[in-house]
Amino acid sequence: MASIIDIQGLTKRYASGFEALKGVDLSIEEGEIFALLGPNGAGKTTMISIICGIARATGGSVKVAGHDIVRDYRGARDAIGLVPQELSTDQFERVIDTVTFSRGLFGKPRNPAHIEKVLRDLSLWDKRHAKILELSGGMKRRVMIAKALSHEPRILFLDEPTAGVDVELRRDMWKLIGALRETGVTIILTTHYIEEAEEMADRVGVINRGELMLVEDKTALMKKLGKKTLTVVLAERLAAVPMELAEWNVTLKGDGQEIEYIFDTQAERTGVSSLLRRLGDLGIGYKDLNTAQSSLEDIFVSLVHQEKAA
Amino acid sequence: MSLVNLRAIASIYKFELHRFRRTLLTGLLVPVITTTLYFVVFGGAIGSRMTEVDGIPYAAFIVPGLIMMAMFTESIFNASFGIYMPKFTGTIYELLSAPVSATETIIAYVGAAATKSLIIGTIIFVTAHLFVDVPVAHPFAMAGFMILIAISFCLFGFILGIWAQSFEQLQVIPMLLIMPMTFLGGAFYSVQMLGEPWRTITLFNPIVYLISGFRWTFFGKGDVAIEFSLIFVAGMLAVCLGIIGWMFRTGYRLKK
Repeated sequence: MASIIDIQGLTKRYASGFEALKGVDLSIEEGEIFALLGPNGAGKTTMISIICGIARATGGSVKVAGHDIVRDYRGARDAIGLVPQELSTDQFERVIDTVTFSRGLFGKPRNPAHIEKVLRDLSLWDKRHAKILELSGGMKRRVMIAKALSHEPRILFLDEPTAGVDVELRRDMWKLIGALRETGVTIILTTHYIEEAEEMADRVGVINRGELMLVEDKTALMKKLGKKTLTVVLAERLAAVPMELAEWNVTLKGDGQEIEYIFDTQAERTGVSSLLRRLGDLGIGYKDLNTAQSSLEDIFVSLVHQEKAA
Repeated sequence: MSLVNLRAIASIYKFELHRFRRTLLTGLLVPVITTTLYFVVFGGAIGSRMTEVDGIPYAAFIVPGLIMMAMFTESIFNASFGIYMPKFTGTIYELLSAPVSATETIIAYVGAAATKSLIIGTIIFVTAHLFVDVPVAHPFAMAGFMILIAISFCLFGFILGIWAQSFEQLQVIPMLLIMPMTFLGGAFYSVQMLGEPWRTITLFNPIVYLISGFRWTFFGKGDVAIEFSLIFVAGMLAVCLGIIGWMFRTGYRLKK
């Protein structure tokens, strides 16, 4: 797949001296869903703002669909639809007017059929004559998505699309994003909900303090950094971890009823069978075994911790 | 994409006029009532004691000043509000992320505000005719002058809207600067009527030249030569365009 966004050495230093981006290189492939993951203040929104033309970069370059975002801003912005994090709408406008306005602003000829399709896809068609101020927060968010989609962009930026949205709406949003991807739109979303990236993204980028710490295929990332936890539910309680189990570095959980062992799925010897054998040798009986894959969240926390320690 | 995003200009222009339509009643009634009040107070009460200025009936004499005053205020208010509101509500993100150039943005916002201002100027002109006969010596020059004034003050308002970071700042320049300068700039009297040193001091007020120029289009004479008035209008246009150009180049208070 060809890259549709090409970011090179992007830096941003605010007037206050704060460095929001410290030389980011990233390339986004056409048609993928890319999740930019990071804690608050990591530089996610700054990066999106620069690509979309809301903020200026201090250094580096960005190309969108082959167009430099500064020299050829029309070509670049033409390809982009942006849904910012804040709910900013013209409260007194009607839904259909504001969406039609957005299409005109991007220089596209009127196309009521397309506007209707966008509004229907977002379940806003019934509300098309409602004033925006009459809508709920979730609907306002959808109006902003409709505005972003009104000019048929090739790339859609969603900055924290589900921030402050209830669980059911979040599920709806995920479904919607999945459906959008089917139409070939490249989607870049920022989130600090790891669940969200895990659910939808093809690739994940982790950003912290203005630096892109890693960009990886989501499944590969989880496999690579994925640790599994083996929980052994014991037949009888243990007061302490027996000396003989020291080499596995196990911990006692659940009031001494469980032993937890963390292992690396990629290691040549996981240590699982030897641990179980040793348990048998020691005469420690167990009722149940279960293993769990660590989530992106665990991976993320460990990455951010590593950085702090360094 | 074409070289000029005409559709964007049209969209913003229509959006802004739509905003005016929502407040149509007050938007149009207020200037009519204000004009009537000025006629009652200045034309009736004062005009009965001061019948003529420079050979022109006083009630007719104040018409150009009234129109100018209303157009200054309306232009600044509408243009500054038009660009300040998106900044305030956050909807400016869309304009900044759209394939729209600075020039297109200005044409659309200033064009819409100037349109409203011209409509109001015309309404006051028509209302004035209900009270007094107002001769117009140079009708084309009058129309041209109104257009230039509308554009200049809308540009000024646009700058104000970008500069302002609160509603208070939005109000402070029109209220504390433009309003007094208009009253002291000969909206309701001729500068010739002042004694020294006030006459010379008054000539440092640029508004004098604008009102005088507009009055010239009505009566064929003003406080200062029409050429000076035109130089001041051109100067104001140039300064405002220069400032706006600088604002967009540097992203002043628009882009982080």
